[in-house]
Amino acid sequence: MLEKAIKGTKNYWLLLIVLSGIAGIGFLVYLNQFSFGLGITGLRRDVTWGFYIAQFTFLVGVAAGGVMLVLPYYLHDYKAFGRITILGEFLAVGAIVMCLLFIVADMGQPIRAMNVILNPTPYSMLFWDFVVLNTYLVLNIVIGWKLLEAERNYVKPPAWVKVLIYISIPCAFGIHTVTAFLYSGLPGRHFWLTAVLAPRFLASAFAAGPSFLILLCLIVRKFTNFDPGTKAMRTLMKIITYALIANIFFFACELFTAFYSGIPSHISHIQYLFMGHDGHGVLVPWMWTSMTLMVTAIGLLIVPSIRNNEKMMPVLCLMVFFGTWIDKGMGMMAGGFVPNPLHQYNEYVPTVKEIIITLGVYATGFMVLTILYKIAVSIKEEVKA
Amino acid sequence: MEKNRRTFLKAAGASAVGLSIAPAMKAHAFGEYFMPSDQTGQQENALIGKHWGMVIDLTKMTEEISAKLTEVCHAAHNVPKLDNIKHEIKWIWGEHFDHAFTDHMNLYISDAMKHAPVPVLCNQCENPPCVRACPTKATFKREDGIVLMDFHRCIGCRFCMAACPYGSRSFNLQDPRNGLENRKPTNPQFPTRMKGVVEKCNFCAERLAVGKIPLCAEVSEGAITFGDLSDPESEIRKVLSASFTIRRNPGLGTGPSVYYIVGGGGDHA
Repeated sequence: MLEKAIKGTKNYWLLLIVLSGIAGIGFLVYLNQFSFGLGITGLRRDVTWGFYIAQFTFLVGVAAGGVMLVLPYYLHDYKAFGRITILGEFLAVGAIVMCLLFIVADMGQPIRAMNVILNPTPYSMLFWDFVVLNTYLVLNIVIGWKLLEAERNYVKPPAWVKVLIYISIPCAFGIHTVTAFLYSGLPGRHFWLTAVLAPRFLASAFAAGPSFLILLCLIVRKFTNFDPGTKAMRTLMKIITYALIANIFFFACELFTAFYSGIPSHISHIQYLFMGHDGHGVLVPWMWTSMTLMVTAIGLLIVPSIRNNEKMMPVLCLMVFFGTWIDKGMGMMAGGFVPNPLHQYNEYVPTVKEIIITLGVYATGFMVLTILYKIAVSIKEEVKA
Repeated sequence: MEKNRRTFLKAAGASAVGLSIAPAMKAHAFGEYFMPSDQTGQQENALIGKHWGMVIDLTKMTEEISAKLTEVCHAAHNVPKLDNIKHEIKWIWGEHFDHAFTDHMNLYISDAMKHAPVPVLCNQCENPPCVRACPTKATFKREDGIVLMDFHRCIGCRFCMAACPYGSRSFNLQDPRNGLENRKPTNPQFPTRMKGVVEKCNFCAERLAVGKIPLCAEVSEGAITFGDLSDPESEIRKVLSASFTIRRNPGLGTGPSVYYIVGGGGDHA
């Protein structure tokens, strides 16, 4: 099936060349970070995770979002998703590749990465995150590949693939739950120290992941002969609506607990994000943008005629995607670290170099995604013809 | 021939080491504070404890003493002085009361406490969240309660820094040796670190190994008492039973081993 990846149109190759160019530039800048250290980023003593870990957290959600196709199809026999579950599985692969690259980009000593395996530490949530992410990655590669192969050969996939699929469903919830546990188990970080963090992560994941999937479906429909199906996309829009409402609801729960209890350490982070503190407030416009995007999107999504309108779909999906990206990315990072445990306000802004490295990682992930989608779609076209 | 070459290289190496050490030795005027960091074998006079702790008497603390603690500690441990404030490395430093004790909000606190510098450092927690978070056991709790760092195992993920509720840890955002130019004299007896690893106060484990109490306690002019909290006969336990002491955010369940005596009136400062 790999041969499908090396036979493509001019546009396919052009896209790959552009992406590899961006990835290459990102890598060159990364070499600078590798030799100097993470000091080329905007990170500081008080804000030790930034743009990279923000992308990582968000993309774990995108990866988990693929399960919103797999679960209805395999557990509820929802047929409309049957032809595109492969897109969800391959999206998960691309997203996890980016997650792992962001982790490596964020490490102070990347060449020692294997220390996590050499000295397995079960009480560290990072160890478990490493385990579930890699398991989920391997599962999705194997499942996606086997399903596609079976489809191409007009045979049923082997029974063990189905077993793997059933394992992959709780795994999808697992990757995002464990990622939330990285944050929600830390004493003294009151913005994260909340039991609703994992559910909130899942809610925003099931909004962001399917949004990105719909955008990909629309691209596939436009540029290839494979139609993911209107019914499938409309159902996904419905899932996005519920998930986004749940995300905002969980945030409202946070607001209630913090402000009604009146506990300053719970309030201060939210206040910093949305109101700023004493002249510190780089994220204020971003947070309001995020909230406006998400709340407006809900307002539009609950109207069936707007939600089901294919012209509106990309607009709505972009709103949801960027709204959740700010909320769960930078909002989640900076909100957790500012103010610091000593109640001091030291802000973080990513540097240009940091952003270029980030774009490089995204380009690499999109290359993986492009190639996988090319293979999947070519086989779909071949089977149809 | 081969042998001659080796002898020559040895001699050359030895003289090179000699040349580089000689000025370094001279530079260490206050070398009394510098102790070898060799922990391979336990020396006879090593201080052995079950649970090392510290009491910092804020009524005896002045700006001068607090500044001296930082300076002496940072010099002894080759903590770099970097131009970029964002890259700052701190092991022990003075804070305002309301930043050190965030759960003791009090508008009407005594003047003495309002202005006293509160030296803060790693609390050597009984239940350290940093150790729980570390995915490689690069940070670990020793039998005597000291939380230490293995700089060669640390992968630089900074999970421990997110976990520490006291802001006691620093990350080397660049090669810390860049900041040793501004830090003279340096201490050749204590290892310098590399970029990309986390570091923090080690309760002077290298000094305990040779029978010395932590440097900050030694130069504190009586403001810091160091000792074994598990020994009811120890000096530190006597100090603790004689005064009212508080710890930083004990409600988080970390069990800090650093105690503070807070003052009453304004006549101390």
